[in-house]
Amino acid sequence: LANRAVSQGEAGLAGSSIAAQKRKPWWRSDMLLAILVLSPSIIAVAVFIYGFIGWTFYISTVKWNSQVPDYTFVGLTNWIRLFSDNRFHIDLRNLVYYAIGFMSQCIIFGFIIAALLDQKIKGEALFRTIIIFPFAVSGIVTGVAWRWLLQPTTGINLLFANIGLENFQPLWNSHPKYGMWAVSIAAAWQMTGYIMALYLAGLRGIPNELREAAAIDGAGTFAIYRYIIIPLLMPVTFTAIVLTGMNSIRVFDLVSAMSGSGPAFATDTLAFFMFQSTFGAYRYSLGAAIGSFMIILSAFLVIPYLFSMRGEIER
Amino acid sequence: MTLQRLWTRGAIYLVLIAFAAYYMIPFYIMIITGLKPYEDVNVTRMWELPNGLYLEGIINAWQRVSPNFLNSIWITVPAALISSFIGSINGYIFAKWRFRGADTLFIIFLVGMFLPYQGILIPLVLTLQKIGLYGSMGGLIMVHCIFGIPITALLFRSYYAGIPNELLDAAKIDGCGFFGTFRWILLPLSLPAFAVVLLWQFTTIWNDFLIGLVVLSSPRLAPINVAVQNITGSFSVEWNVQMSAALIAAAPTIIVYLLLGKLFMRGLLAGSLKG
Repeated sequence: LANRAVSQGEAGLAGSSIAAQKRKPWWRSDMLLAILVLSPSIIAVAVFIYGFIGWTFYISTVKWNSQVPDYTFVGLTNWIRLFSDNRFHIDLRNLVYYAIGFMSQCIIFGFIIAALLDQKIKGEALFRTIIIFPFAVSGIVTGVAWRWLLQPTTGINLLFANIGLENFQPLWNSHPKYGMWAVSIAAAWQMTGYIMALYLAGLRGIPNELREAAAIDGAGTFAIYRYIIIPLLMPVTFTAIVLTGMNSIRVFDLVSAMSGSGPAFATDTLAFFMFQSTFGAYRYSLGAAIGSFMIILSAFLVIPYLFSMRGEIER
Repeated sequence: MTLQRLWTRGAIYLVLIAFAAYYMIPFYIMIITGLKPYEDVNVTRMWELPNGLYLEGIINAWQRVSPNFLNSIWITVPAALISSFIGSINGYIFAKWRFRGADTLFIIFLVGMFLPYQGILIPLVLTLQKIGLYGSMGGLIMVHCIFGIPITALLFRSYYAGIPNELLDAAKIDGCGFFGTFRWILLPLSLPAFAVVLLWQFTTIWNDFLIGLVVLSSPRLAPINVAVQNITGSFSVEWNVQMSAALIAAAPTIIVYLLLGKLFMRGLLAGSLKG
């Protein structure tokens, strides 16, 4: 790619006169220097990201399931073993629970808060600071705090009991089947502010004339949101879906801090399964298959996203 | 102001205050629990304020995690500085030296920013072991710098795109080459971009758990979040100490966020390719 660019030797400083470029042959031009300076980064990304992804896929097709490396090719054996593993099925179920809970909380609350903050609120900056605040702390910190809050014998349940809900005492993340919903509450607590910031920026980009014109036509507030603002914010919603979806696929630190795999793998995730298989049980090929599977899942979100952003990226 | 409008405004503020309270609850719990003596941490009085200022939880937690807190500083500060510098050069090239295929290459970089690390970890460990950087702070710093290449290039590229090309053309006529233009024209204008990128990288690297856990798991060298997980994962540790440890781990990023919140917001927007 870079070589071809050099041999063409035609593009100069964007928008500058080509005449200045023509005086020097391409191998002495500053353009070559630019590509040379960029090349360590190109190599690093090529090796450490793309090369390693390829390598992971390769390991998933060999027989390396002990501490001793074994590169005997076994085809899709590890993948078949993974797809028939009960823990993997539970992880997929957990991914669905978590993704639905996490994404809907982030997007619905994020939008509502942004829409409310957009109403010329006094103290908007303070509200914004508070709501984005959780995004500044790590998944581990979030997990430690929420593990205490979601203890079945205290925390939120104690508040419920104090307002007369002694019989409504959920097990939260200790529930053997629905624990993942509880994890999604903690995760959404952390990321809603981010989604809110995206929506707020989107709302600020909608010209006021549009709302005023609709209001003159007799549209109520609800109708303006339903027929004008929400459709105009579709690109933001798409971004929010991709970002929260990616986060759902790879959630690891929050789960580690809250409950680990949980009872009957109720809060197990693909990332946790991958980590334990690889670095706990030394089943490298199985771990590589899980990692590769996560890459494929993510690609379904990332590639359409970057394609849709092409115009914005290339300007 | 009509009565109905007054009522609506009141309801909006009420809902916002309720949300704000919700987002503050875990911080409230961490702070009050961290400041209680062990005897006062119990399930029935969890929400009550401590009846005095007790620092035993914080002191105990600090004794356990202070070496790791320092490790995190030694990892995060150089990694954030180096990756910001790399990002500024790369952003300059992607924004102003648009060789053929530059935009495609840039998108290929960005894909790397979004993919889950689980698809990279095994070869990463094998490679670091081979080149002798596994289990060392230098290795972890290098890994953070490499994984920071896409996001830092993105942030600087969008910033430099806003600097008019005429300025660069003028520099060129004055005899500035590739480095001269960067050094004398762009770098002096880059302070706001450096602030955003440094803040973003500092927060990301400080809050990292997975890479630190995999590359630097020895308890003596581990970064702070790994250490907090190690002590909170064992149920023998008192809750007030656990919460204090979490507060210590969160303090630097919280302070930075409170001081530089506006820049943080800009990073958030740019990180999603918006704004």
